[in-house]
Amino acid sequence: MRLVRRDAPSALRSVAAVSVACVIALGLASLIFLALGRNPLEAYRAMVVGAFGSWYGLSESLVRMVPLGLCALGIALAARMGLWNIGAEGQLVAGAIAATWVALFLRPPDWSMVWLVALAAACAGALWATLASVLRAWIGVSEILSTLMLNYVAQACLEYLVYGPWKGPDRFPYTVYFPQSAWLPLWPGTRIHPGLVALVVLAVLLWVLLKTTRLGFEIRLTGDSPSASDYAGVPARSNIVLVMAISGALAGLAGMFEVTGLEHRLPHAVAPGFGYTAIIVAWLARRHMLGCLLVALVFGGLIVGGEDVQITLRIPQGAVGVLQGLLFVSVLGAEVFEHHEVRWGRR
Amino acid sequence: MDRGRRAPDAPPPPECALELRGIQKRFGQFRALAAASLSLWKGEIHAVVGENGAGKSTLMNVATGIYQPDGGEVLVNGIPVRLSSPRRARELGIGMVHPHFLLARRHTVLDNVLLGLPGVPVLPDRKALGERIRGLAGRYGLPVDPDAFVWQLSVGEQQRVEIVKTLIHDARILILDEPTAVLTPSEAGELFGVLRRLKADGTSIVFISHKLEELLEISDRISIMRCGETVGTVTTRSTTTGELARLMVGRDVVLDQTPGAPAARGTARPLLTVSGLSAINDRGVPALKDVSFDLWPGEIVAIAGISGNGQTELTEILYGSRAPVSGSFRLGCDAAPVTMSPRRAIGSGISFIPADRRRTGTAPGLSITDNLLLKSYREPPYCRAGFLDRRAMHDHAAELVDTYEIRCACLDQPAGTLSGGNLQKVIIARELARSPSILIAVCPCRGLDVGSIETVRRILLAARDRGTGVILVSEDLDEVFCLGDRIAVLCGGALVGPFPAGEVDRVSVGLMMAGARCGKEGTDASRPA
Ligand SMILES: Nc1ncnc2c1ncn2[C@@H]1O[C@H](COP(=O)(O)OP(=O)(O)OP(=O)(O)O)[C@@H](O)[C@H]1O
Ligand SMILES: [Mg+2]
Repeated sequence: MRLVRRDAPSALRSVAAVSVACVIALGLASLIFLALGRNPLEAYRAMVVGAFGSWYGLSESLVRMVPLGLCALGIALAARMGLWNIGAEGQLVAGAIAATWVALFLRPPDWSMVWLVALAAACAGALWATLASVLRAWIGVSEILSTLMLNYVAQACLEYLVYGPWKGPDRFPYTVYFPQSAWLPLWPGTRIHPGLVALVVLAVLLWVLLKTTRLGFEIRLTGDSPSASDYAGVPARSNIVLVMAISGALAGLAGMFEVTGLEHRLPHAVAPGFGYTAIIVAWLARRHMLGCLLVALVFGGLIVGGEDVQITLRIPQGAVGVLQGLLFVSVLGAEVFEHHEVRWGRR
Repeated sequence: MDRGRRAPDAPPPPECALELRGIQKRFGQFRALAAASLSLWKGEIHAVVGENGAGKSTLMNVATGIYQPDGGEVLVNGIPVRLSSPRRARELGIGMVHPHFLLARRHTVLDNVLLGLPGVPVLPDRKALGERIRGLAGRYGLPVDPDAFVWQLSVGEQQRVEIVKTLIHDARILILDEPTAVLTPSEAGELFGVLRRLKADGTSIVFISHKLEELLEISDRISIMRCGETVGTVTTRSTTTGELARLMVGRDVVLDQTPGAPAARGTARPLLTVSGLSAINDRGVPALKDVSFDLWPGEIVAIAGISGNGQTELTEILYGSRAPVSGSFRLGCDAAPVTMSPRRAIGSGISFIPADRRRTGTAPGLSITDNLLLKSYREPPYCRAGFLDRRAMHDHAAELVDTYEIRCACLDQPAGTLSGGNLQKVIIARELARSPSILIAVCPCRGLDVGSIETVRRILLAARDRGTGVILVSEDLDEVFCLGDRIAVLCGGALVGPFPAGEVDRVSVGLMMAGARCGKEGTDASRPA
């Protein structure tokens, strides 16, 4: 078998390559289900049905889609400029902490509550990302490392707060419930909160930003060629700080929606890996803003369906994680086949 | 397929090492090659010429298995073959040196050669390979040190590494795409020596260049391409540069334009006054020593010199992308020296055509439109209140593509897919469209075909006549003497002159350029008072 380079992939070929990759990932994951003594087809069917087969399942998938999508948008935006934001997880936590602080301790008037909560969360996420971006812009510290490290710092702060000063009256690491004014309205009968609308609106706004604004032009230029961007007089430092701040703010908002939309208090596990899964989402969406929505929905469904089979078929959670990982690796691998053709035989 | 004339006394066509017949290649809707042919005889040096975008590089990429043709035949030693990959082409003894080198800069020469070898064991015999490299070097006059790091090498030396990389595979067919575009005249002379020795050993060579005199000197036959077709093959002995230019462009080309006298200075003030500029290069070695000169409106100051003698540093400092160690410069009537930045340079009407067009001058992944507006995108009418006016951008780009005859499939094509010469035209078009007050141009005609050189020279002179002050940095003495109103020489980081063009001749300028080269430290000694 040999790989032969082809010139430009057609859209059809891209879709075909990704589909084949998904099938391969599912096939490989089947081996694990088989080893666990479960029928893989039944498991997949249960997952799809669990995630999208009922109104309840779909609504839960949409709920999971919100934090994944918001974090992925920020990661994809930074990636378009050549920046790796690995810190969405920490920025999400920072946002959740700031939202909690406003809701529990600042206690603004009811009419301004949700807006101030959102503002605080966005600012906190942005600030958390700025710690890394300033180091990158002025001293050249790799943002990959600094954003990753800051995740642990944020999680440590969160645990300090919920086990310590902010701990509620019962034995668990939670704060007390927020006042009702900080609770977001829900779609009747589901847990869908306004975060879903915010996600779609923000995705479209960012898409427009990249396509039609000056900043978008500069982001694409810097991402394509940093030296050409210096030559064109693009303000590199301020753009790094600005883009990372936007990226962090999106993750911060994701944190806010988790606590004000769903939990109504701050739990110690507010970010069960959303910020990391979002990296996968952004990459599978090829750093495309609208693509992030679609992939986030799929991964939201994967979480919900995964939880479902955990209970109904008693498949361990790790197996679902493996499936996620396999999907990621094989879809990335599919990019090779978009640009290359496979030939069989010696020549 | 030899449609051109052959000298009457020529022997019957010898065996072909490589034959390309009726090659077709499309990129999307764009037809890059229509019916391109080439028959390379064994042991000849075969030159290929043609306008920018004629399809020379594309044809060679087909011959080395990088592109798959949509039609046509490839024969190696008379046998039809399918070149499915660069590796397959290498196995058949076809090697290519690309116009931009493909070397890992942080690795040694030996590592780079090793990287290209098939089936290398986990622990390769580095010593034996080093010996082989030295052997080849000795045999063909290609002095390279296998243990040197690529970043330490001059452009000419890097090219030798590329040639060694092909020879180590026993390439019997060697394709050189614009090898002399980046070489100094003496390096080009050395390269020709190497090519003659290879030819004597029976290697067949394809040689692409826009410098017609050079082709007449080195080649045996010349094929001319136009718009993706081979329009003829001529024997070098029976042709002239004039005929070649006519065949390529379809009209007579006048390169020796006689510029009118520069505008009288009168009461004008200098656009730029540089005093005592010194700088170090990226390796921390002093690269500019106390450079002073001034630039007046409506004149071209030509700075001659072999690249690597401080040209990059001087032009980057003037454009603001590098800081000087000491010294300063003033713009126009400003009394205070300026701290320059690219943004500021753009704002004060300084245009810059950099030497490195693929990395600095353009963003290869962005469209032609975006690249043509790389500096204007933040100004009205292209940008209003932070939003781009795509329509205005598109119209402006379309106009530039038209005026500068940039050959492309469409305006949304990524700039990286343009031919070398057309990419250079994108930069020139962009920089001149801004009607600069100062234009810094580093080798603006590098990689352009004769027709485009004529056009660009005319445009530069027209800009000068409108009052632009031009700093022309060039290695090409023809260009320097054709365009320069005042001529200076940069050698070993020190600037000699500028002298009015009438007061120096080619010989003395050539000597000044070379003087710095042999005695790197002794620049000052060889410097005329
Ligand atoms: N990958 C590609 N995608 C789209 N168009 C391409 C691609 N590669 C080349 N072209 C187009 O094919 C044409 C021929 O290009 P090529 O590089 O062969 O020209 P060339 O003769 O080498 O010119 P030059 O003298 O400027 O180097 C150009 O118009 C170019 O825009
Ligand atoms: Mg070319």
